[in-house]
Amino acid sequence: MRIGVVTFPGTLDDHDARRAVRIAGGVAVPLWHGDADLHRVDAVILPGGFSYGDYLRAGAISRFAPVMDAIVPAAQGGLPVLGICNGFQVLCESHLLPGALIRNDHRKFNCKDQVLRVENASTDWTSDYTEGEEITIVLKNGEGGFVADERTLDELEGEGRVAFRYVGDNPNGSYRAIAGITNERGNVVGLMPHPEHCVEDLYGPSTDGLGFFTSVLKQVVNA
Amino acid sequence: MGNVVVDVMLKSEILDPQGQAVAGALPRLGFDQFTDVRQGKRFVLTVDGEVTDEVLAAARQAAEKLLSNPVIEDVVSVHPAEPQA
Repeated sequence: MRIGVVTFPGTLDDHDARRAVRIAGGVAVPLWHGDADLHRVDAVILPGGFSYGDYLRAGAISRFAPVMDAIVPAAQGGLPVLGICNGFQVLCESHLLPGALIRNDHRKFNCKDQVLRVENASTDWTSDYTEGEEITIVLKNGEGGFVADERTLDELEGEGRVAFRYVGDNPNGSYRAIAGITNERGNVVGLMPHPEHCVEDLYGPSTDGLGFFTSVLKQVVNA
Repeated sequence: MGNVVVDVMLKSEILDPQGQAVAGALPRLGFDQFTDVRQGKRFVLTVDGEVTDEVLAAARQAAEKLLSNPVIEDVVSVHPAEPQA
């Protein structure tokens, strides 16, 4: 079970993402932004960080990196892809997911333990959770406000494509407290909080993030 | 050598925290007549030679594809730069 983790210039959380894959029992395969070869991986993680310094817009330049030329059609064909934080921004800029992430409404960088409600436990990345389950993982971002037009938001809600919602105070002004979404097929998931930081005791508020990685590993085995 | 200017603004319904920060600072400097501030982006694209219709068309494509995100932003203007004085 080979899970690719992409490194762009300015990516920060690729090592933690690879570590999370290994702890969940998978083989982590480093993927390089300039290499359009996916090296036979069974799934891809776009990790957090500040790719290309967030220049222009967060994720806007990464979206045109050679590796994305391979990931976009593969994701459209069903390859499981998870975008975390900056990776979520890349997925939105790539139009693999709708909407966009803008600067937090309070204009401050957030770094906190965040409670999320799992709204959709049937995606490739959430099947080890149960619908309605509350998990606590790390949230850290400056541009985490999820926005989309009303019609898109209604579509996401109506089709069960809101994957995660913030519980308690809305930490960044995201419309309808949306923390993460999925595509129609459930193979592409993006969220702002960081499950990969919450897979081991003593390193964070919980090990609630591990389910993302065990979910996709089962998905890949069953595929 | 010619230049094309591309102006991009956040859509009016999208919150502009940077603009709000600027709006909050202006009254402290005595500028209390401005009730709102929206902050945008200006790109200056340089070409060898004249700014032809083809150059402008390419600039419009670049503006839609990379320089703006249509989910949150509008390309409000793509025009040749005024000749340098």
